[in-house]
Amino acid sequence: MSKQKVIVIGAGVTGLSSAWWLARQGVDVTVIDKGVVGWEASGRNGGGASHYQSPLFDEEQRLWPQMDELLGYPTEHSRERIVIAVSESQLREYRYIADMCNAMGYRVDWLDSQQAQEAVPLAGENCLGGMHYRFGGHANPQRTVQAYAWALQDLGGRIIQHSPVTGFETAGGKVTAVNTSTGRYEGDAVIVAAGPQIGFLMAQLGVEVPLAAARAEMIVTEPAPMMPLGGVDGNGLYGRQTLRGNLAYGGGPHEWIENSAQGPGARPSSPLTRNLARRLIELLPKAGNLNVIRSWAGVIEKSPDGRPILDRMTSPDNVVVATMSGVGFGLSPASGHAVSDLVLHGRCTFADISKLSLARFEGLAPDWRERQGWQALA
Amino acid sequence: MHTDTPFPVDPHAVNGKIPAPAEHYGLVVVGAGPAGIAAAREGAAAGKRVLLVDEHPVPGHLMGTDVPLFFGGRMTAATQNPGRMIESVFATLPELEAAMEDGIELLLGTAAWGVYRNGPAIGTLPAQMLGLADAERGWMVGFDELVLATGARDLALAFPGWNQPGVMGAGGFAMLVARYQAFAGRRIVIMGTHDLAVETARLAQEHGIEVAALVETRDSPQADVGNLPLHTGCVIAEAIGGIDGVKAVRLSDGTEIVCDTVVQAVGAVPAIELIDAMGGARVMDPVRGGWVPAENGTVRCVGLAAGLPDTGFNHMAYRAQWVDALGAVSAPDTIVCQCEEVTRADLIGVQPPNYLKRPPAMCARSLDTLLADGPPNQDQIKRLTRAGMGQCQGRRCREQVSLILGAVSGKPVPLASHRAPVRPIPLKILADWEEDQSMRDGWDVWFGIPTQWIPYRDIGTDREKQHQDVIGGNMSL
Repeated sequence: MSKQKVIVIGAGVTGLSSAWWLARQGVDVTVIDKGVVGWEASGRNGGGASHYQSPLFDEEQRLWPQMDELLGYPTEHSRERIVIAVSESQLREYRYIADMCNAMGYRVDWLDSQQAQEAVPLAGENCLGGMHYRFGGHANPQRTVQAYAWALQDLGGRIIQHSPVTGFETAGGKVTAVNTSTGRYEGDAVIVAAGPQIGFLMAQLGVEVPLAAARAEMIVTEPAPMMPLGGVDGNGLYGRQTLRGNLAYGGGPHEWIENSAQGPGARPSSPLTRNLARRLIELLPKAGNLNVIRSWAGVIEKSPDGRPILDRMTSPDNVVVATMSGVGFGLSPASGHAVSDLVLHGRCTFADISKLSLARFEGLAPDWRERQGWQALA
Repeated sequence: MHTDTPFPVDPHAVNGKIPAPAEHYGLVVVGAGPAGIAAAREGAAAGKRVLLVDEHPVPGHLMGTDVPLFFGGRMTAATQNPGRMIESVFATLPELEAAMEDGIELLLGTAAWGVYRNGPAIGTLPAQMLGLADAERGWMVGFDELVLATGARDLALAFPGWNQPGVMGAGGFAMLVARYQAFAGRRIVIMGTHDLAVETARLAQEHGIEVAALVETRDSPQADVGNLPLHTGCVIAEAIGGIDGVKAVRLSDGTEIVCDTVVQAVGAVPAIELIDAMGGARVMDPVRGGWVPAENGTVRCVGLAAGLPDTGFNHMAYRAQWVDALGAVSAPDTIVCQCEEVTRADLIGVQPPNYLKRPPAMCARSLDTLLADGPPNQDQIKRLTRAGMGQCQGRRCREQVSLILGAVSGKPVPLASHRAPVRPIPLKILADWEEDQSMRDGWDVWFGIPTQWIPYRDIGTDREKQHQDVIGGNMSL
């Protein structure tokens, strides 16, 4: 019997990790992308990897410390995180989260103001306290996505860039081939992990996947002196100090946008840059003199409840839909494992992910976006 | 619920949270050189409310990182005196006084760092706006029409020893000599013999600065160099340094020339940062100095920012020849990106920075293996190698990295993108200290969808509601 062949649509972090997991198990994998590897939000995000809300959390935590070795390429993974509060309401929320995590068995140490300032040298006297996750961490998104791609190639997998999907061929209740602008690819199974374009692709197969696209922004400063632990955020921001020393932070309001099958036409940042700068100074007052040297925006997709959709379809029954609903980078080592399981075994072998099925949106009103207030402005 | 109930608006979406700027102008002009002043005066004559901004004089500490021009550390202490610098910049351009008499509002020492308009994937802005910053504050101004008269930037080229004080660009040289009156050198060697190089030599001589040599990689000068001392068919193989930086250069033909400064005058680059960062269109035009802006509606470029004068000279071919020749005399460990200390070998090898490990698989990767996946992409290579990611925002290496990658790959490499803020702006200056209350009220770390952070095991249980009530959507990632 010849090797099983799987086509992955979308060379973002979820698609690439899925492809890598399949290739590790001897599957012949081809990843197709409209553009370049990790070019959208997968390669540009906060880099956080501490998602205790996810059923994939334990697997995420198990895998990250091994990823550099497993992939063979550096990901800049660093362990643990600290979240600091600069307002009473943040303090209350963080205490609740700390208690919640500890109750689940994930250790969080509480830091008083003094301890927090010692742990975070760029923090100031406005720091009221914080929590130290003794789990999780962060990594470099672009480097990690590229690492998945290279590791996949090292295992014999193929990556076809600059090749938007133009259509599917189906027979006997299965997708048999994927057509792209540059060629036709046959496969025994298909993973649709095309982020904000998933809905457009699945519509061609008669499956409705409710996702809305939005634009979100981040800023980056020049390098600061290295803090003992770079994974520091709070004050409504997510982000990290990179291993180079730059502070890279995002957060704040997103903009719902219209998307198309071709993907977002642009990824503009906005004057929100200034609001991010303000919150970053509030979080890390001693960083106030650092220059901001970049900002950027990314487009991500959100499901109606903000949770992932990881599911194998019933018709066509060889298609797996994989969206992490805008929280995909950190969980990618585990999401790829889960998706590869769905392809090979029809179910996730290491965690219950049944609450992430597409079926939960059955009966959703066609105008769900408007009803949720998610109307696009552009 | 009635069907005619108006739809809600996501409280955590940006809608309405970015207000229109307090000040609005019919015309804003960025860059108070001759082209900018002319555009501003034309606008004023047409009855428009006009704002004219210019970033010069720039703060001394920015000059030290070669922003916005390649100053190469050859400025005098006078540049640390903002009062004197303002006076000097104002006095050296008499047209500024006439512009003010026309009723134009003039702001010197004010950098324009970002242009924002509604368009694809952004519809929330109540006005077209421009981000400004001076030494004290950052703010936005609204405009009907924006003219970018941002001039040209320096093309910097790497060779052994270029990363020390005393190697600078022709634009930085002209600014220090003619506008700031604060050039610290006495004897210069000029790279190039085309118009820019000859202009640089003449400017030096007018100001009593000795021109030790013009160095040309081609076999003959590219413009009329008169009786200027000339070395053709060679390049600078090394800038020899002493305690104050450059003290001599060694040419590839073995000649040594004593000098305190190397002025790179191989080319000037139309300053398209603002238009590129706003997502504006750009096109490659080799006879006009490289990437130049295309039609961009309410934002237009004038002067050198729109492209160098078309004299029929192919600047890109000339630059490519220089890059090849300098590459030939550069050891693999020659730094290309000064901020991030990326060497030529690591750039071409697409290797990560030194603080990361390079396992065997990583070492086996290179530009060649990357090219097997698709056309060369400078932004991708930038993120992998960090070349162009530093505090000078790629000013010293963006163009040359593109040229080096082009030379090695044999394919054209589109220039890496620019990002706002297109000048390094301190957090405390950039920050919006007067933000709208709606911004504060609606701020959330990531979308504020109450259900998204509920621990999986609690989904569908009584605890789900409790979590939603306390933490809502506002959680850390």
